[in-house]
Amino acid sequence: MLTVVTFLPLLVCAVLLLLPRSLPDRVLVWTWIATAAADLALVVALWVGFDPDGGMQYQQRVRWIPSAGVGYHVGVDGLSLPLVALTCLLFLAVAVHSLRERRRVRSYVCLFLFLQTVSVGLFVALDLILFFVFFDLSIVGMFFVIAGWGHGERARAAALKFFLYTFIGSLALLLGFIGLYLAADPHTFDIVDLTHSNPLAGRGLYASLVLLAIGVGLAVKTPTVPFHTWLPPAHTDAPATGSAILAGVLLKMGTYGFVRIAMPLLPGSWRHYALVIVIVGAVSVVYGALVALAQTDFKRMIAYTSVNHMGYIILAVGAAGTLAGSDAQARSLAVTGAVTQMVSHGLITGALFLLAGVLHDRGRTYTMDAYSGLAAHTPRFAAVTAVAAFASLGIPGFSGFIAEFQIFAGSLASQAIATAIAVTGILITAALFLTALRRMFLGTPRLPETISAGGVGDLRGTEALSTVSLLAVALVIGVAPRWLLDVIEPASRTLTGLVAR
Amino acid sequence: MNENLTALIPELALVGAAVIGLLTGSWLPRRRQWIVAALAAVACATGLVATAVTMATGREQTVFSAAFAVDTATDFGRLIVLAALLLIIGMSVETVRGHKRETEYWVLLLLTGAGTLALLGANDLLMLFAAYLLASIPAYALAGFTKDARGTEAALKYYLMGALLGTAMLAGIALLYGVGHGTHYSELNAGLPAASYGLVAIGLVGVLAGLLFKVGAVPVHFWVPDVTDGAPTPVAAYVTTLPKIGGLIAGYRLLHQALPNSDVNWPLLLGILAAVTMTLGNLAAFFQTSVKRLLAYSTISQVGYLLMALAVATYSDFAQKSLLFYLAAYAATNLGAFAVVTELPAARALADYRGLARSHPGLAGVLVVCLLGLVGTPPTGVFVGKLEIFSAAIDGGYTWLAAFAVANTVASLFYYLRWLAPLFTTADEVPVNGHTVLGRWSAVTAYTAAALSLALGIAGEAALTLTTGPLLP
Repeated sequence: MLTVVTFLPLLVCAVLLLLPRSLPDRVLVWTWIATAAADLALVVALWVGFDPDGGMQYQQRVRWIPSAGVGYHVGVDGLSLPLVALTCLLFLAVAVHSLRERRRVRSYVCLFLFLQTVSVGLFVALDLILFFVFFDLSIVGMFFVIAGWGHGERARAAALKFFLYTFIGSLALLLGFIGLYLAADPHTFDIVDLTHSNPLAGRGLYASLVLLAIGVGLAVKTPTVPFHTWLPPAHTDAPATGSAILAGVLLKMGTYGFVRIAMPLLPGSWRHYALVIVIVGAVSVVYGALVALAQTDFKRMIAYTSVNHMGYIILAVGAAGTLAGSDAQARSLAVTGAVTQMVSHGLITGALFLLAGVLHDRGRTYTMDAYSGLAAHTPRFAAVTAVAAFASLGIPGFSGFIAEFQIFAGSLASQAIATAIAVTGILITAALFLTALRRMFLGTPRLPETISAGGVGDLRGTEALSTVSLLAVALVIGVAPRWLLDVIEPASRTLTGLVAR
Repeated sequence: MNENLTALIPELALVGAAVIGLLTGSWLPRRRQWIVAALAAVACATGLVATAVTMATGREQTVFSAAFAVDTATDFGRLIVLAALLLIIGMSVETVRGHKRETEYWVLLLLTGAGTLALLGANDLLMLFAAYLLASIPAYALAGFTKDARGTEAALKYYLMGALLGTAMLAGIALLYGVGHGTHYSELNAGLPAASYGLVAIGLVGVLAGLLFKVGAVPVHFWVPDVTDGAPTPVAAYVTTLPKIGGLIAGYRLLHQALPNSDVNWPLLLGILAAVTMTLGNLAAFFQTSVKRLLAYSTISQVGYLLMALAVATYSDFAQKSLLFYLAAYAATNLGAFAVVTELPAARALADYRGLARSHPGLAGVLVVCLLGLVGTPPTGVFVGKLEIFSAAIDGGYTWLAAFAVANTVASLFYYLRWLAPLFTTADEVPVNGHTVLGRWSAVTAYTAAALSLALGIAGEAALTLTTGPLLP
């Protein structure tokens, strides 16, 4: 079942490549939408049949390269299922948003279908090498999206930087995986087996080096300070849909790696270095927010808020590794908050990047100073952007609030100072979003010279559908979160138990 | 004494086909010289079948006073060499068709192929040197096959380097024979631990010098870019692929069988050579504008990764598995890239590949698979090879080398992407006639090689199981 969910988009991609070239572009995009919808429907079916207290479910395990200790092992639990659902939802939204794409539509659709397979595959992978394969291919896919459909020559440079930077991370990850593999007896890359045997317990320096390799690999992808420098150019020069997937799905691969691999497989080292992780998280929160505050480019600003939001997650997973001064319930709360934040950030920032794409589509620039009083021309666009901005800064009623509240509540007991510092991040984010909204939407109407005042169009149907639906889900989570938390919480308890052993 | 000739069918098939081909080729009209090519392909296929039979029936043995070992490494090496030869024959068809010396081309290719096969199983220093000569001398002639200025320069450079390092190798063999009281690896294994440290070290360096020349490793790599650039593209594909297979397996056998108990710290020597080779190859490749020179330097850096397995030859159980598998994956991937270059003879610079994805999507696809494959991106074969070779290095206590290789892999991505990025440009300045294709054979070879490269990654298990087995003394 999971295999079908994972490889359905790739299958459709292969079929599309075989079809004659004369096929109209709209047919291709509609095929994509249908595929994404079907995939989402399958995930909903999975969710309905999912037993929150049942641990790892829908498992499938096939021998792949046993001589190298590599197997095809997939499954979902409360940590991965929400992310799989998020991935499918976000790809559907992006597909709807892409109905107006005109440039090399066939390659574009195929690339995104490929990326969907890769993203879903990563979240369901229960084998380190399978995880790595998808991790690496996500970089390849995104490279082509940025280089091929980004903004001009600069996009090519940004894509190269993105590829090189995240590739370093992925190879560091590979070294860490090999370290785990060699330590296990018998040698294996299977995550479930490795979690069970905990091969690096009491291995001192060796375990620390493995955690360092894996930690750096995941931190580059997340990204956290000081490994975040690839993110702003990649986002700024990527197409809006690429940015939405990059922020919404690909960044989660890093944070998901922490809860799926680093924490349960290296519990001893994780506890030992929890303080370092907490500090990195807190610094990312504040630094990301402060740099975002200084931006004049709307999209770049959102990119930096991603660093800020990912910082909360790192803070939470670090706090979950601090046993002193906390009880199991608080640590579990922190992990639940971290996973909720992953989902929440995917929804809200995905919507924000799509909206930034709309802005660029109308005005051909992201510079905030070029716009003023947009609300008068484009009331719907202004309203949706305002809602997304408020959701992003963590206003109660949206998913961001639920997530951040849980993170702070879970981290406060054991890491009071770091948490206190991180809370200021919310304040700064609020300031920067309000400033941005005021600059662009209020005041005297003024538009970039590239467009005439009468020519600016408001949000179109497909654009509204894709962004509003994402925000609607964020709202539902914010108002009635139990359906999501009921799935995450048992898995968080299991994870904190594994870390504490 | 075992003189079982059936154990040597692959070698005999190639030599026999070379002799018969030379004789028939002398009498054939020029338009029918393709018969010799068909003969060569049949010889390779025969060798493949014979090897498969040997592997399936477990007829591992040593022959002729144990000077030649037919074991796992030889058998797997034969499979790679013969399959690679078939690919090279495929991509050569259009280049030499109707050439007035077509027969000679096929005969030289068969002979150097036979020499490479002989390198695989060499279990005795003299056998090793004979194989070295047989593999090298026809290759010198092939390098200058077109008889133009660049080809002549390439051949001369190749020959002079080969002659110099061949002499060094012979001197090393003489030294090892003197101090080890034998040339057979098992005699050396017994004799060398008691011998003088310095003499063994010098002798070993001499022998390794010859092998490093064959594989194109630093510090004897200078011929690689010139030969690759000057020789016809299929020959360039040959010299950057097959000698590496022969030389590395021969080196692995030498180190593993003759020097496991020696005091000489050869693992460190090879570790350093590996590190320097991969770094220098990568740095030199960075700003190349000619595709053939870029590929030439890329093959040097690939040898660096492969030498890692030799460094831990006796320290890690993964060494043999990783070396053999990486060689197979590398051969398929590298030949795929060269087949594309053969197919597009007019495109010599990176810029000439602009817009290839639009004009020839299939070839662009092959290049994406092969170049990302050379980086080690999953799911290609080289990824599994790299996984195994990194595991071997860490397992053998060379974690620093693995970290070094990782840094180099990232660096190599840069120049492969410099080639890949222009493929997808849509600008109008697509070079005129730059994308004229040579013919069907090279294209089919390119697709086959790319498919093999992918298959080795996705279904690598089948190949990996064949790589484990003891070396025969």
